[in-house]
This record gives sequence, C-alpha cells and structure tokens, in this order.
Amino acid sequence: MAAVGGGRTVSSAFAPIRLWLLLPSWLTIGFFLLIPVLLMLVYSFLTKEFRGGVIWEFSLAAYDQFLFDRGLFGDDPPTIQWTYITIFARSIIQATIATIMCLLIGFPTAWYIATRPASSRAVWLFLVTVPYWVNLLIRTVSMKFLIRENGPMNEALLGTGILDAPLQLINTDFAVQLGLFYSYLPFMVLPIYAAVERYNFALSEAAADLYASHWTIMRSIVLPVVKPGIIAGCILVFVPSLGAFLAPDLLGGAKNFMIGSLIEEQFKGQAGNWPFGAAASMILLSMVLVVLFFYARSQAREQV
Amino acid sequence: MTNQTPIAAVALRSVGKDFGDFTALKDVTFDIGDNEFFTLLGPSGCGKTTLLRMIAGFEATTAGTIHLFGDEIETLPPDKRPVNTVFQNYALFPHMNVAENIGFGLKMLGWSKADIDARVAEMIQMVQLGQFVHRKPSQMSGGQQQRVALARAMAPKPKVLLLDEPLSALDLKLRQEMRAELKSLQRETGITFIFVTHDQEEALSMSDRIAVMSAGEVQQIGTPEDVYEHPANRFVADFIGETNLLEAEAGTVDGQSVMCQFGGSSISATTTGAVAPGQKGWLSIRPERLTIGTALGEGSIPARIGQTVYLGTDTQVMAHLEGGATLGARMQNTLAGADRLTEGADIHLTVAPGAARFLVE
Repeated sequence: MAAVGGGRTVSSAFAPIRLWLLLPSWLTIGFFLLIPVLLMLVYSFLTKEFRGGVIWEFSLAAYDQFLFDRGLFGDDPPTIQWTYITIFARSIIQATIATIMCLLIGFPTAWYIATRPASSRAVWLFLVTVPYWVNLLIRTVSMKFLIRENGPMNEALLGTGILDAPLQLINTDFAVQLGLFYSYLPFMVLPIYAAVERYNFALSEAAADLYASHWTIMRSIVLPVVKPGIIAGCILVFVPSLGAFLAPDLLGGAKNFMIGSLIEEQFKGQAGNWPFGAAASMILLSMVLVVLFFYARSQAREQV
Repeated sequence: MTNQTPIAAVALRSVGKDFGDFTALKDVTFDIGDNEFFTLLGPSGCGKTTLLRMIAGFEATTAGTIHLFGDEIETLPPDKRPVNTVFQNYALFPHMNVAENIGFGLKMLGWSKADIDARVAEMIQMVQLGQFVHRKPSQMSGGQQQRVALARAMAPKPKVLLLDEPLSALDLKLRQEMRAELKSLQRETGITFIFVTHDQEEALSMSDRIAVMSAGEVQQIGTPEDVYEHPANRFVADFIGETNLLEAEAGTVDGQSVMCQFGGSSISATTTGAVAPGQKGWLSIRPERLTIGTALGEGSIPARIGQTVYLGTDTQVMAHLEGGATLGARMQNTLAGADRLTEGADIHLTVAPGAARFLVE
C-alpha cells in the first residue's frame, strides 16, 4: 500500500552528498539511541549493588528473579514467579484497552477533522493538540482531581441527582485506562487524520454505485485503505501506554501497578535494583519488537 | 439514430440543481433512448458532470424528476439505482486485485461465488485483461486501469452505464483506440451509455446523439451531424469544430434562406428560426467548406491570401476579403496545387451551397 512509505529509489547522482547529509542523523541515532539501549542490555546481565548501581560481574540473577521464585534463602526448588508476569499481563491488557478507547474516539475525531473544508482543518488539529502543551504530570493530576470521590465530577453527578452514591473511579483499572487514553489520544488522531485526508472519496462513491451500503463501504473500502494510519496510531498509543508510569501511579493506586512503575522503582533511590530494572526493560522491549516484527512482515507480504 | 422505444431509458423533466446561490443546472428536460450512445458535451463548469452525478445518485436534485425506464429514481440513494459509473480517475479499489474489483458489485448484489467467477471471467475476456487478473491497480498502466473500471461498471449488467470523462486521463493514441472500443462495446452489449466529455471530437466520433451544454442549460440536442451542420446558436457553432463567426445583418429573407451582409460583403446563408430583414446576428462558415479558386464564379468572393499555416493533412489559410473581414479556410494538401497559396495572391473564395449559416443568438 502506497501510504506506508515503500522503498523509493533516489538517483545515484546524489549518492556522495547523501552520505554527508545523512551522517549527523546516523551519528545521533547511533550514539544517543542505540548505545543507551545496549548499555541497558549489558546492565541487565550484571550483579546488583545494594545502594543502587551495579557490580561488573556477569549474572543472570535479574532474569531469574523476574521469572522464578526460589524461596527466601534461594535453595527451595524454583517455582514460577507470577508477581512480575502478572504485572506484565496487566500492563498489556491496560495498554490494549487504552488503545481501543483511543481508536474508538480517535477515528471519528480524525474523520471529522479530515472531512472539514481545508481551511478549518488546521484549526481543529490545533484544538486537539492544545491540552498537550500542558505537562503530562499536571494533566494526570488534574484528571485525578476531576474523578476523585469528592471531585467536581462526582459532585455534579450527585448534585443533579443522576447518582445517589459517588462513582468509585479513582484507583480502578478504568481510571488508569482513562488516564492512558487521555495521555495518548493525539497519537491516534494524527496518523488516522493523515490517512483519511489522503483518502479518495470517489472510492466511496464507486462502492455506493456498485450497490454497497454505508456500513459495507466503511468496512470493506474505507478501513482497508486507511489501515496503515490506523495501525500507526495503534502502535503510537500502545507502545507508550505499555511503559507508562504516571497514569498507573497517580490514578491506579498500589494495586494497579504496571511495568512502567515497576521499572521506575528499580532506579529510584537506594532501594532500587538496576540489573532487575534493566532486565524488565529488556523483556518489555523484546515483546514490543516481536509485535512490530510480525506487523512489518505482514505489511511486506501485502505489498507483493 | 433516434430511438422509437416508448419508454425512455432516462427521462429528465425540469431537472435543476443549485449549490447555494450558484445555479449549476436550470430546467433540463430531455429523454435518452434505450440502446443509445448519448453524450453530454460542454466546457468545464457547464453542468454536464453534475447532471451525470444526479442520474447516478451522488448529487440530489433541487428541482424536477428523473425516471429510469419509467421508474422515478431521483430520491433513491446510489446503491439502489440500477446504473453504474465509470469514474474520471477510475476510482479502482487499491487494496483489491483486478478480479476483486470487477466482482465487487456482483458480491454486493448477493450473487453466488460461482456466478461471480463466471461473470468476472467473462468481463476480463471482454476487456482483454487475462494476464492481469491478480494484479493490483497500482501495478497497471492508465489504459489497463481504464479497462478494469469499464469491466467493473459493466459486470452488474446496469440498465444505463454512466461514463464521466473516462478517456481524459489517457494519452492521445490510447484515447483514439478506446473511442472505437467503447463504441463497439456499446453496440455489442446494447446498454445505454451516457458519456460526459468536454472533447467535441470524442463526442462527434462516438455518439448517437449529443446534448451540447453551456452555463447549466442544454443548448442543443441532436445527432453529431445535426449539431455540426445545423448549430442552433452561436455557442454550439463555436464550441463544436472550427468555424468563422462574423457579425452579420440579415438582408432579404426567403424561407430558410437569408441574404447576409457582413463587413462590406454579402452572402446567402441558411437559417432555422424566424428571421426578419435587418435583424442582427452571426454568420458561421466552416473553414473546410470554403474553396479557393482563381477564377470568378457563381457566388464567389474576391479575397487576398494572408498568413498560411501548414498542418499536415491540410493547410489553414487566412483570406482577407475586400470589405475588410477575414475568413479562415482549410485546404486539403495534395501534391499538386499547394504553390497557389502564396501570401498576397489574389484569389476567389467559394462557399459551398448551404455551408453558411445565419445565427440569431
């Protein structure tokens, strides 16, 4: 599909200069992006130092701790350690639900904006991004304030008599999902907007002309054609949601712990465990890479 | 070829369309016969595409009725009208291959898999795309995409096929080939074609009848010969083919024949409407109906040759009349005789009988 940037051939006449123009990007990405990740990979195989930091000694302890429970003194027969796997599973579920919420709200939003007259689209896009000029922490705290038990939302609901008892939103899974949804909605709206804006509405007319109903046009013409935008949006929401720690911390409370918070804790203060945090990060990264790999492969197959 | 079938394929009655303050179509009323190759011809913005889109159901009418073989359709949505459209830029579904594109309408109509396969194979045969069945539209040339669009629109056996400038995106050679192909397809299938174009050559070469449109109104409806030989007004004479348009005044009127005065010369012309002596109007003379001779003859006008332009099959000659008017003439290039057309030479122009036409508006 043309929307996903396929390989483009650039005239070989530009080859020498291209090398020099790309060099800064290669260096920056290589140095500041790849090396820190490699560093984490190395740290995850080192031995933990008790006051934070590491001892340069190879160890699988971090991964072992993540996966197995060997008892208090480390000599019991190992059993599967469910604590961290549960946190991971919960994170995946939370991120998935947040992504679906973003998609359900973001798609109609993007559709609406993309079908406005060209002159007003920029205004709508700007309005969608306005809240994101405010720091994420502030926004998450505001969300907490809004939905807490005696916050403005519950007061309004009680005051108008819609509810008799306050809604218990704070410290629930749903609060976390809501927080993630709010944090990353524009990442869903923008790529879908870009795809819908490029969509040729003559295709919808052609489908209607060929006896397709509104619903069928949406399902078998529009969605497949704008799919690259939808998938890009889902990835852009899902990946940061998976590793988020602000929304789970502030809105979810202690029992709705997610990977992000788990990792954050390992690097905070003296109680941390750097190799364990690094290992958890590596496991998270591998999971994301596996998902992206399968997606890329299915896209490549579709191109043929 | 006018058709005598009692029920028209498409019957338009006082059809109008306003976009806000802008009137795109005004009081359009005519019938399109069954099996007819009917063309809507006009410059861009004349309302021809709007009219086609109203028949297809993409635009709502603001006035009037549209009947399709006797059934009133102007309030039906496009998916409930038994007509199909070939779009200007084809609008092929990019994520479907050729066979899926062609079979889409049949699938929507609820045909069985076996029937769809058979019909798609038949269509692919018809447009000669056998080796491309599994290609996506992006992997095909413009001409091939055009054939897929045609096959896709014809697969559901529409009662009327609507074609919205389908050849405009093709290059000249391919366009000429496709003209002949479209015409024979229409003959073979017997489906009524409504063809929209701004290209008068296309309209003349393919149509049974042409509706010439301008500024939201139908100017003239007739066979290609009708609109070319007997244009109803100045716009039609000017838009279809090349012509010399000269301001003229009617002299003596004798039935269909009128003596016209223009720029100090006078000539006998035909007319259709009622013309009174002294009425002002336009004289239209096709350049190829003028002959250049050396001797004074019956009805010939003395002139002097001005600029000449060599155009391959013929030569365009500007002839200056004694009265000051200038007429363009076209002479077919033969091996002998081209040397006569030297600039400044004195000649005599002869207008073929019935070739000059006096137009009131």
